[in-house]
Formats: sequence, C-alpha cells, structure tokens
Amino acid sequence: MTSAGHNFERGRLLLEMMERIRAFEEQACLAAERDKLVLGAIHPSIGQEAVAAGIMHNLLKDDILLSTHRGHGHTLAKGASSLAMMRELLGREGGCCGGKGGSMHIADFDVGMLGANGVVGANITIAAGAAHAIKLLGDNRIVVDIFGDGAINRGPFLEGMNWAVVFKLPILFICEDNQYSATTRTSSMTAGDGAAARAVSLGMQSTTVDGNDVEAIADTMADIAARLRAGGPPELLHAKTYRRTGHTSFDPATYRPANEATEEEKKNDPIKRQRAILLAAGMSEAEIQSLHENAQKEMIDVLKKATDTPFPANETAFQDVQDIGSPMVEAY
Amino acid sequence: MPKLSYRDASLAAVQHSMREDQTVWCVGEDLGRGGVFGQYKGLREEFGEERISDAPISEAAIMGAAFGAAMIGTRPIVEMRFSDFALCATDELVNQIAKARFMFGGQSRAPMVIRKPMGLWRSSAAQHSQSLESWYAHIPGLVVVCPGTPQDNYSMLMAAIACDDPVVYLEHKGIWDIEGEVDFSKKYEFGKAKIRREGSDVTIVSWSNTANLAVEAAEALSGQGVNAEVIDLRSLWPWDKEAVLQSVAKTGHLVVAHESVAVGGFGAEIVATVAEKAGHTLKGPVRRLGAPRSLVSYAPNLEDMLRVTSEMIVTAAQETLEKAN
Ligand SMILES: Cc1ncc(C[n+]2csc(CCOP(=O)(O)OP(=O)(O)O)c2C)c(N)n1
Ligand SMILES: [Mg+2]
Repeated sequence: MTSAGHNFERGRLLLEMMERIRAFEEQACLAAERDKLVLGAIHPSIGQEAVAAGIMHNLLKDDILLSTHRGHGHTLAKGASSLAMMRELLGREGGCCGGKGGSMHIADFDVGMLGANGVVGANITIAAGAAHAIKLLGDNRIVVDIFGDGAINRGPFLEGMNWAVVFKLPILFICEDNQYSATTRTSSMTAGDGAAARAVSLGMQSTTVDGNDVEAIADTMADIAARLRAGGPPELLHAKTYRRTGHTSFDPATYRPANEATEEEKKNDPIKRQRAILLAAGMSEAEIQSLHENAQKEMIDVLKKATDTPFPANETAFQDVQDIGSPMVEAY
Repeated sequence: MPKLSYRDASLAAVQHSMREDQTVWCVGEDLGRGGVFGQYKGLREEFGEERISDAPISEAAIMGAAFGAAMIGTRPIVEMRFSDFALCATDELVNQIAKARFMFGGQSRAPMVIRKPMGLWRSSAAQHSQSLESWYAHIPGLVVVCPGTPQDNYSMLMAAIACDDPVVYLEHKGIWDIEGEVDFSKKYEFGKAKIRREGSDVTIVSWSNTANLAVEAAEALSGQGVNAEVIDLRSLWPWDKEAVLQSVAKTGHLVVAHESVAVGGFGAEIVATVAEKAGHTLKGPVRRLGAPRSLVSYAPNLEDMLRVTSEMIVTAAQETLEKAN
C-alpha cells in the first residue's frame, strides 16, 4: 500500500512525468504507424512508466543512467529534451544523436544518460565500468543500469554483477520485468527464481517492488540512492510490470491471451493508479486532467516540430567515426 | 640510449604514461603479479592496486567495464592476455566501443588501448596462436596497430595511450625478448610506415614480427645482388598507402607478407590498392604470402606448415623479379 498524502508535490511530479512519457510514446507510435515517419523499430514502454518516473525522481543530473532498447521513458525522465528525442526517432537534424542512433541508441550525455543499447544486456558491464571510473576518480555520483527480464539470461549479467560486487561499486542494477522477451514469455526460458535470486547468490542486496506503483518505486529508490551515495555496495532492484504493446510498435502480439493486456490495463495501469492515489489525497479532477492535457499538448507539438525539421546533412554520415583514420579524410 | 626488450619497452611506455596522466589505469587478469608475460612487472608496486587492477576471468566485463570507464573520464589500458580470448569480448569491442561515438552523434569518446598479444608462440596450438588483425582493420571506429620492434612498442604504445580513439594494440607474443635501442623521445605518428631498409629492386610490405623476417630476407637478397625495400606498415588502420605506392613506383615489384591467414587478410587490401592505383606500373606479378587457410597445430612440424619464413619471402621476391614483364 502506498500513500501520497505525506508527499503531495512528489506525487504530482511523478504523475506528470508518467503522463509525459505516455504521451511521448503515443505520439511516437502514431508517427510510426499513421505517418510512417519513424522508419526503424521502436519499442514502447507503455504500461511501464512507473519505473522510469519513480527511479529518475531520485537521481541528480550528474548521476549516470544506462538503459535498453525500450528506453524512451528512462531518457525523458532523466531530463532529456522531448523535442531532441522525437527528432532522433524521426532521424532528423538536432536529434539527441544527430539522427544517427534512432530510438535504440538514444542518449543524452548532458543529463548523464549514456545510452540505450541495441544489444540486450550489453550495458550491464558498461554501467559497471562507469561506476568503476567514478570510484577511481573519487567522486560521489551513482550509476543506475536498467535492463529487461530477458537480459538476465545473457553472460554480461553475470560478468557485470560479479564485477560490481568484487569492486564494491556505487551502482544499482534494475531488472524492469515486463514478463516478455520479444515474443516469448520470459519465465518459460529462465531457470530458477529470476533476477533477484541470482543477485542474492552473488551476495548482493536485492529488493523487489511493485513495478506499477510509482510511489513505492520512488520510496524504495530514495532509500537505495542514499545507501549508494554513502558508498555502496551495489544492489539490485526487481520491478515487475507489464508490456502492454507488442515487442515493437509493429508487433500485434497475437502470441499472448487476447484479453491479457486489457486486463492488465484495468488492474495495473500505473497512471490510473497514481491518479486514484492523488484524487484520494485531495487533488482535483481538473488538475489531474490538466496534467494529462499538458503532456498531450507538449508531445503533439514536439512531433509537429520534429516533422518540420530537415534530415541531417549527408556528410555527417562520415563524422564522428574516429579521429585517426577518419572516413572524412579517406574511407578506403 | 637504453637497450630494451620488446616487453620492457612496452612496460616503460605504460609507466611513463601513468606517471604523466593520473587517469591512465590498467585492467586485466593477473596484472598484479606483472601480467602473464611480465609486461606489467613492478607497476603494481609503483601505482597501487586500483591503477594496476586485477580482474575476474570475465573478458566481456573487462572490455565493457573499461569502455564504461573510458566514457566518463579515465583512460583504461585493457589487457586481454591472449588475443584469442578477446573474442569473448567481441560484442563489447565491435558493437559497443567502435560504434558509441558515432551512434551517439559524437557525444562520447572511448580513449582506450586494447592490448591483445597475438601470433605464433611455439606449440600453443589453435586457440592461443591466432593473428586476427585484418578482422579489426575491417571495423570502422577502431585504430589497429601491430608494433614489431622494441622502439615501436615504446613509441606506439605511448601514442596509443594518448589517443582519443580506441586502439587495438596487437603485440606479437613471439618477440617479447627481442632487444633493441629505444629512444624515449621518439614520437610515433599513426598511419606512418617505417622504411626498415631502403632498396630499389623490389618492395616488401609487412608488419608485426613478419616485418623482422622481411628485413632478414632483404639481407639475404642483398647477398644475391637484389636490393629490396622493406616497409613495416606498423599500423593497419590507418595504413600508409603513400609509402607503399611511392616504393612500388620506384621498384615496380611488390611482395606482401604476413603471418595471419592469407585469405581475406590485410595483404589483399594492400595488393588491391596497388592494383587500382598503380597496377599499370607493375613490372612483375605481385606475390602475397600468408598462412594457408588452415589451423595452427601443436606439434612443431605441423605448426611450421603454417609459418611464413624469411626464406619464403626471399623466394617470393625472386619470383616476382624473374617473371618480370
Ligand atoms: C544480444 C541480443 N540478442 C537478441 C536481440 C533481439 N532482441 C531485442 S529486444 C529482445 C527482447 C529482450 O527482452 P527483455 O530483456 O526482457 O527486454 P524488453 O524487450 O522486454 O524490454 C530481443 C530478443 C538483441 N537485440 N540483442
Ligand atoms: Mg522483458
């Protein structure tokens, strides 16, 4: 059970962020399906917004975040510009990666977001290394790495977690468990009791939280962040949620029971749940509605602006590969 | 000028760089005790266990973690122990390190050196003997170098550590003990070949330890009145086309020799470039030497079946001269 009563302002910010993420992804899906403007695959996190909002609420701008192919929500909540993100999804100039990465490689180093990743599980070791450098440099930032439930069956999960424990690094590993790995139910392909049990076997403190309860996630993360800022050791957080869309925006997800997603939405939609909490805590219907409408307005506007932005200059195809032996000088 | 082994030249480069720059650190298995070839000996005592860091036997994590650390302000030197084991970290190198700067639109850099001792090392068999430099040369985003002498293993490692691009640094593990004078003030410029011997009759292009064999071959050839020019490319990406084309313009004859498998090897790239840009000036057929496309054995006689020798380089040079147009 959660109560926003004691922290009304935080509850409002959490809802606002979830609304923005939802609206961003709804517009992104429209841009993909209706407008055919997003040419590559996008992986929506609709239904999973509580993790992004609850975790990032407790991070500072300089803290480091690494994410996955399903990372729009995490990136937005870490503070990236919605316009730069939408431009990136459309492959336009001024996108956070100059239109060269797209949805799967979205990153904004200015807000400590070191990248989504197109390779499942790959960021786990990289994030451990970011925490390693923080320790070597003697500063007190913390690192959060988010991965999916499918990623725990890849080698980097073991190698990266072991590394973090051995070197006592200030990092939180978050398994954002939406129960699916692409078109397969993850449980059918996973031995043992999953992410938390595996972390415990490495001597890591492990917490499980309702991944659709943004207040609970924010509370839990506040405690974990305090422990990490005091010097670690690394921890794991398992947040169980549900992927409401298909694996990509193109995937109709016919491989799962027809009513599963709608049942989940009814019971567990994190936005609906947070609205109910805030309503009970005394927020007016009008204010709740205005958070929704503002988010919609922002993202409709962002999509329009992104659509009106030109594609990147052709010569940038050869920029930022390398300094020594750059294709700008000679490609072959 | 001190006389140093290939091993100690690299050790001096790491030591000098670490003294100059506090953000340089080394990470790999068994580094605390000096590294498996002794190329880190004494560094733990001088720099401590955080900067000469041991690692679990987790090649993917060594590579991935070093990359994460490189993106936020340190300059890691990654030790892969044997280049063969670096294959366990292929995703980290090829999909992550080589691509991050580009995919993120220039937001990140990966200033790191990835040391991968490669090559034949008597009776190490198929999983401890490979030379895969042409694979790395194929990957945009990477700088690929193959030092063959103590001087180069000092100057090139200094340059690699100071470089803001990821550098795949392929030392040859068969030559840790060769000695030579090392001038610490000599700077290496990436993409600049070294003319190891000047000559006007035939151009021999090589790198790594095979460049040493090419110098031996050139000496043998000079006894037969053939004046061979030996070009040690030193770096494969970028590589010194100018030096090769200039030399071929002079000699009209080209031999390319490397230890790695000939098929799809970097020698083919050199030959193709010469054919495109200067094919009409060639006076004889090009000769390309590399290992047969087979696997390295344990038994010494079988291992030798895959070895490119200085005698083979001599013969190749003679053949291109004999068949002159
Ligand atoms: C190493 C690797 N294998 C396979 C894929 C293809 N792939 C992309 S996402 C995905 C499912 C990942 O599941 P999970 O980790 O639970 O993340 P989710 O998609 O549910 O957010 C797969 C198999 C990939 N990108 N990388
Ligand atoms: Mg999943």
